[in-house]
Parts: sequence; structure tokens; C-alpha cells
Amino acid sequence: MPEIRVRLFASYAEAAGTDELRVTLPAGATAADCLAAVRAAPWAARVPPGPALAVNRRYARGDVVLQDGDEVAVIPPVAGG
Amino acid sequence: MRAWLTDRAIDVAELLAAVAADGNGGTVVFLGTVRRSAEDGDIEAIEYSAYREMAEPELERIVAEALAQWPGARIVLQHRLGVVPTGEASLVIAASAPHRADAYAASRFLIEETKRRAPIWKKDRFASGGTRWVEGRPAGGER
Repeated sequence: MPEIRVRLFASYAEAAGTDELRVTLPAGATAADCLAAVRAAPWAARVPPGPALAVNRRYARGDVVLQDGDEVAVIPPVAGG
Repeated sequence: MRAWLTDRAIDVAELLAAVAADGNGGTVVFLGTVRRSAEDGDIEAIEYSAYREMAEPELERIVAEALAQWPGARIVLQHRLGVVPTGEASLVIAASAPHRADAYAASRFLIEETKRRAPIWKKDRFASGGTRWVEGRPAGGER
């Protein structure tokens, strides 16, 4: 049962009231499964179905299989520059 | 390291010095500056935040891609975080190359990829005291 560190930023962190969550998922779970778990929370109404995701600090697709201790970031629309 | 995040005002002269090279005849400096505009209202500053552990490596990857595309170029990029007042630079890119066309092209690539990929967010701060998250664009989206 991989335990995942979920990072939240900007408006998502503000909506959640925290910038970090711990999520435990079944073995073989993917980044998309992790996102689904995060989006199930009431605060997550503002998180769209398909936000950009990063796994271990690199952009990743939803079908990446997660390992215990992985870090998944839900990346809001970016506005750097 | 050729890309940094900083919490202080960016020193443009320092970045220019970092890309100076005897063989490079063209240098382009791009500054992204916090601005006030009629449509956005009375902005007195923008507060930048980032996924710091990812933003710096991602910016570094963008610089590496530019260097692969324009051999001979020298590039540094700095993005400021925290509260940046109107009129001050939030981003500075310095790119030098043997010839100006490559320096311009590399500079343009760097700013566009930074805006597309860097996990950085901003919040407008108004003179009235209010704040507002700036709706960005989906990370990694269309160029």
C-alpha cells in the first residue's frame, strides 16, 4: 500500500487549507488514482479533472504507477514570468 | 547552475557579466516587469510563489534545451519570488551568442518555455489591500 506525499500550491493549497497531504493507495495505483483521491475531498471542487501532475518533481502522465514514498504534485495553471 | 530562483531584487549587471564571452558578439537581455494596467486595476505588487524543489530544476532543463539548440550560446535565467513591486523585474534572462539571431531566438525560447512550464504562480496585490490569484495557463500546454 504505497503512501504518497501530495503537494498542493497556490489557489489549491489555499482552498485545501494545507500545502501537503498524505494519501495511502492500493498497490499498483497511478498518479491519476492519486488525483482522484485528492479530488474526492470537499475543498477540491476547484481542482479540474485533468490538471498537470508532477511525480517526484517532474511532469508526469496520469498512467505512471506510484511507489511508496513518491511525491505527487497537483499543478495549478502556471503564471510565471 | 544557470537558472536560479531568488527572493531579492535581480542584479542585471551580474547576469550580463555571467554571459559575457569574447566570441559572442550579440547579447539579448529580457526583463519581465510587474506592471499596472487599466484592465487589471490598481496593482501595487505581485506575489510570486513556486514549487521550489521543482521550479529550479525545470528552469535548468529549459536552459539546457536552449544550449543544445543554440550551441555557443551562454545563458542565465533568474526568477524572483515573493512580493515584487510594480516596476521591478520578476524575471531576467540574459543570452549571448556568436551572432544576434541566435541570441534573440534563444531568449524568445527561454521566456516562452518558462511561462509554459515553470511551476510558478502569482497573486495580484491591489493598493486597496485586496488580493487575487492570477488565472494562469495549464502547465505544459500548447506553445
